[in-house]
Amino acid sequence: MKYLDEYRDGGAAQRYAETLRALVTRPWTLMEVCGGQTHSIVRYGIDEMLPPGVTLVHGPGCPVCVTPVAALDRAFRLARRPEVIFTSFGDMLRVPGSRDDLLHVRAEGGDVRVVYSPLDAVAIAEREPGREVVFFAVGFETTAPANAMAVRLAARKGLRNFSLLVAQVRVPPALEAILAEPACRVQGFLAAGHVCAVMGTAEYEPLARRHGVPVVVTGFEPLDLLQGTAMALRQLEEGRCEVEIQYARVVRPEGNAAARRAIEEVFEVTDRGWRGLGDIPRSGLGLNARYAAFDAERRFPDAAPPSREDPECRAGLVLQGRLRPQECPAFGARCTPEHPLGAPMVSSEGACAAYWLYRRRAAAGRVA
Amino acid sequence: MCLGIPGEVLETHDGAGGMRYGTVRFGGASREVCLEFVPDAVVGDFVIVHVGLALSRISPEDAAEVFGYLEEMETLSDLGAEMGEATGGSGIAGPGGP
Repeated sequence: MKYLDEYRDGGAAQRYAETLRALVTRPWTLMEVCGGQTHSIVRYGIDEMLPPGVTLVHGPGCPVCVTPVAALDRAFRLARRPEVIFTSFGDMLRVPGSRDDLLHVRAEGGDVRVVYSPLDAVAIAEREPGREVVFFAVGFETTAPANAMAVRLAARKGLRNFSLLVAQVRVPPALEAILAEPACRVQGFLAAGHVCAVMGTAEYEPLARRHGVPVVVTGFEPLDLLQGTAMALRQLEEGRCEVEIQYARVVRPEGNAAARRAIEEVFEVTDRGWRGLGDIPRSGLGLNARYAAFDAERRFPDAAPPSREDPECRAGLVLQGRLRPQECPAFGARCTPEHPLGAPMVSSEGACAAYWLYRRRAAAGRVA
Repeated sequence: MCLGIPGEVLETHDGAGGMRYGTVRFGGASREVCLEFVPDAVVGDFVIVHVGLALSRISPEDAAEVFGYLEEMETLSDLGAEMGEATGGSGIAGPGGP
């Protein structure tokens, strides 16, 4: 496919690996903050092509994974209500809450439907005016414009039976939280290409300056990741800490103005809790007063019983880049995609899922 | 979830809610995509599609940059190696290369 295959060229990847070896004089640690990038890195072995001493740490780049268990439990309670059609992206179905997941809810009679787009959820609401259609709006800034557009569309159509259960998160405050940790060893970031396609790069400038870290907005294919890594390492070797764009074919410095306008029209910045990182000020989005009628939390008030994370699940450490999935004692033993202890094992962007898919045999070989 | 797929715009039309839509082809498959956020995209353009909405028009002018940068890096490391041989240095290109 055009704009995919050419960025998977093995010969060019090897040439990148060689230039990196010539460039690097010291050990460096970079973090990527996008589950799509994590999966590409693990799938294509990008981390294994880097010079000795250069480490790629997987950050909290999976929005499903950073959603706190309490928010999942709330969603699942909502999905059990008889009047509700609960709509979600497919990779939420197996994500465990305190007691169960959406597959269990569905097996017990909950009307849980997978949609490809939030716009499809609006279409269901239009077709089924007697039911309450809730869309579970989980995602980074990449997904916020689509969710904003769904609300806009529902408002335009005068639908009163459509709402969002919002768990939207913003990347820059999470990077701040990671850098604020005294034990932080991250020296540069590969920023998420599609988040910045929407938001642009302005939010990352103060962060790069204040903390002295290079930020390179990077794409998702192997050559993108190698170029992004090369740009970040070159900055570090040259003592620079700038925001650069590797993924220039898609990302403009100003982002996408129309998409940002949609976000600003519908959402407002809120505080939000992250699994693994705790409460981070201004790290989320919620519906603003004008669109409050589309807020599922308002429409379905809920006295939350206490939630509990599985004590064996080390997702919090994995999400902070402090534990690699294979280092978790439960990985592949008591935690598998069929019986996950936490979201990172089953979300399509989860780090544990990436290692399960692409590195399981290597791990087994090492154990043997 | 931030997965975005490149596809080619085959046609555009008005759709639900008076918004601009188009048919976008991804390899062998096509589907209807909301084009509201890429007002400048026309038939024949490639766009990045995320959960049913196009988020960005792919710039053909920037598409080969990943190869241009590789050549620049190779020139740098060749220069560094030559300078290393000439001066007995480490062979690493210094700051502010070409």
